[in-house]
Parts: sequence; structure tokens; C-alpha cells
Amino acid sequence: MSEKPEKLIDKKGLRLDGRKADELRPLKIEVGVFSNADGSAYIEHGKNKILAAVFGPKEMHPKHLSLPDRMVLRCRYHMAPFSVQERKSPAPSRREVELSKVIRESLEPAVFVDLYPRSGIDIYVEVLQADGGTRCASITAAALAIADAGIPMRDLVVACAAGKIDDKVVLDLMDTEDKVGVADVPVAFMPNLNAVTLLQMDGVLTPEEFENAVNLAIEGCKKIYVMQKEALKTKYMNVKAEAEE
Amino acid sequence: MPTFFEKKQLVTPGELLAEGDYVAGENTYMEGNKIYASRIGLVDCDNKNVTLVALRAFYVPKVGDMVIGTVLEVGFNGWTINIEAPYTALLRASEVLSRPFKPQNDELSQVLNAGDLIVAKIASYDRAHDPQLTVGEPGLGKITRGQITKVTPTKIPRVIGRKGSMISMIKQETGCQIILGLNGVILVTGKNPEDEELAMMAIRKIDEESHTSGLTDRITQLLKEEKLKREEKKNE
Repeated sequence: MSEKPEKLIDKKGLRLDGRKADELRPLKIEVGVFSNADGSAYIEHGKNKILAAVFGPKEMHPKHLSLPDRMVLRCRYHMAPFSVQERKSPAPSRREVELSKVIRESLEPAVFVDLYPRSGIDIYVEVLQADGGTRCASITAAALAIADAGIPMRDLVVACAAGKIDDKVVLDLMDTEDKVGVADVPVAFMPNLNAVTLLQMDGVLTPEEFENAVNLAIEGCKKIYVMQKEALKTKYMNVKAEAEE
Repeated sequence: MPTFFEKKQLVTPGELLAEGDYVAGENTYMEGNKIYASRIGLVDCDNKNVTLVALRAFYVPKVGDMVIGTVLEVGFNGWTINIEAPYTALLRASEVLSRPFKPQNDELSQVLNAGDLIVAKIASYDRAHDPQLTVGEPGLGKITRGQITKVTPTKIPRVIGRKGSMISMIKQETGCQIILGLNGVILVTGKNPEDEELAMMAIRKIDEESHTSGLTDRITQLLKEEKLKREEKKNE
């Protein structure tokens, strides 16, 4: 990346990539991209390209990690060496370990873990290309992969970030905005149950700004949710259309 | 007290299905007085009972189910069996030998070895214990010939069809014997591998297109066309 841009929002109120303050990046979501995993999904969120795959539920290995009263979720968030500008070591970094935990904990409330005690599911998230907001896109994709694996869920989980750049609260930060901007607030949300499963904040916001950011992020989540649902249905609609021709 | 879907509508997890005086059936759950979907599938409402036929699901053991499994390991007094469920099943040696099992005179791996396939019934299962299998009924036991294919377990009823229309049609057209494991594993035994291939192809197509209408007719047509093609090849 070249040097830091002076201004993140121009005189017309448009951002670096020409978006308005409350505009999402373009999204493309696909479900069932792998045949070997039990469930899978692929998401392109702006320049982010992320794959998610789910195995299970199956017996936990090693067995001592299983719990007598509920299913165990395991999650690995991993960035490919070529996902960022400077080669990233493929070994799990501190950040990846943290994000694995964050993604797992934001998905867990959506899954009926108490139905299948002593079992476990494995969620693998591979970031092929990163451009800010990978945790949110990962959660959106992983939730779809879980649904695709046929694991009972309370609701799909959608995630989206809002933040503050140049004294303005905006939706869906990209990499430069995240780095140069003032604050970043990722939110994961279950739209039908109206419940937040992840709320983080990085930076400084006043209480009013924080509230605005959360509300904006939730609005963003709701928009993504429509596309997420559509992606899940499309897989079966296509088959149906072809078959009934 | 409305419902929010049309019959056989495709829904995703979390979608609101009904509100008020309804009963949450399969693959749905209740929160307050609202019923939501918990899997992707097709909803139906029958006499205040909202049920969802899942398009994606895995097998959960139920006592009395006939399943087809693979021997994973030969143990000290039995075998562990993979039944394509979240839990591995156990088959006791005394079940198979139908007499008390004595470790000094019986070599278990000569009866069933790792990798062998068996047809069995679930004898017991609950939340706290792994399922136990039994082979003490006619038609159960080691599989010696045929081929297996796997489908989504919830689609087994579709493979059977209304009053067995689909399965009997496939059997008739291909001349194969078909055993359906409720865990989604299907055994096809025919006179020759070609017949088995044909039956398996039909079953896989049902798995893919289970949620579409007019399926039985399409499968019949497919089987007839394939049979013609194969005969032409033979005559060439």
C-alpha cells in the first residue's frame, strides 16, 4: 500500500472506494462449494475472499475434550500466506488464535449444542484474501457452512462492522479505513431473534457515537442477512429449476 | 394465530414459521409462543403441528432403526461400528456368536474384521451412552456382496416413496435387491455390477433432487433411457 491518505472522506461525502457512509461493499456468497466437507460456504465481501468448511457432528478426538452435556465447537481461523500485501507466515499468529476464539463464541449461541452431548464439530475458516473486516465475513460464511452441514441452529449469524473515520460514523470499514480511521466496531447478530452474539470495539468513541455505530452495524447485518438467506436457498433452487425443466 | 409460510416452502434456519397455538414438530423450535425453523428444508403444517423436512441433516440413532455400518475396530469383547452418526456404535461379541463369549476360544477378527460391513438394528441408545447394536434377527449380519452408496438420512423416506412406489420401481427396473439403512447408507445387490450401478445412479439422483416434484416419473424415465443406452452398447 502507498502512504496514508490524508482524508478518508472527500468533499462530496464519498469514501476512498466511492461508497457513501452507510453503504456496504459488494457481496457474493455461495453455499456448498466443497463435496468432502459436511458443509461449506464461500464469501466475497469487497476484496475479502474467505472459505469456510464444517465437519461433524462427530465423536470428539481427543476424547477427553468432549463434554458430557453438550456438543463442542472447535474453530480454526487461518490466513493464507498470500492473503495480505507482505507474506504472512502460515503458522498461527496471536491474532489468528484470538479470532478463532471470537468466531467460535459468536457462533455458539446459534447452535443447539445441548442436543448432541459428547460430540463435536470442527469449523475451518481460510482467508484467501484480506481487506479489513475478515472476522465479520468469516462469521457470515461459517454460519452458512454450519447450516449447510445440517446442524440445527436457532438462527443464522450475520456479522458486519461499523466505525469512525474522519469524525464520521460509517458502515463496513475496509483495510485502509480500519488502519487510518479512529475506531472499529464489529457486531455479530441473529436477525430473527434480535440478539447480538459479538460486540467488540477498537479505538475511541463517545457513548453517542458508539450507539450510532452499533445501530449502523446492525442495519448492515440485516442487509447482509437477506443475501445470506438467498445464498443458502439458491443451492436448492438451482437444482429444482434444472430438474423440473 | 397465523402461520408465515406456504405449504412445502423452502425455509432457512431462524425463519419465523408460526405464532400462537401451534406445536413445534421436527426440525423446528419454540421460543415464547413463536415457532422457528432450525434447519434448511421444506415446511408443512398438519393439524397445528408444524414440521420441517430437512434437506441437510445427519443421522441420530433411534432404538429399533435398521442401519448399515462399517467395523472400525475389533475390541476385547466386541466391535466398534461406524454408523455415520455423531456417535460410534458398539456390537457385543455375544450378540453375534449367539452363545456366551469366551476370549480363550473365540478369535473375534475371524468373525468380523475392521472394514467389514454389517446390517444391524439399534438395540439401545440414550444421551449418556453410545448406541448398542444387535444382529439377532433374520436379514441382519455381515454383508458379503453388493455395493453401498450414501444419501442424506432424511431423504430415505423419499427413496422409499409413497407406499414404497419409488423403491419398488427401482427394484423392478434394475432387478436389484436394495436394503435401506436409516442412517443413509444403502446396500444394492444385483446379478451383475452394471445393474447395481444403475440402481445407485437412480438413488443418487433422488438424493440430489428430493425436493422437486414429479420425481418418480423422472427416475423411471431415466432408468429406461439408461437401460436402452446400455443395450445399444452391447449390440454394437
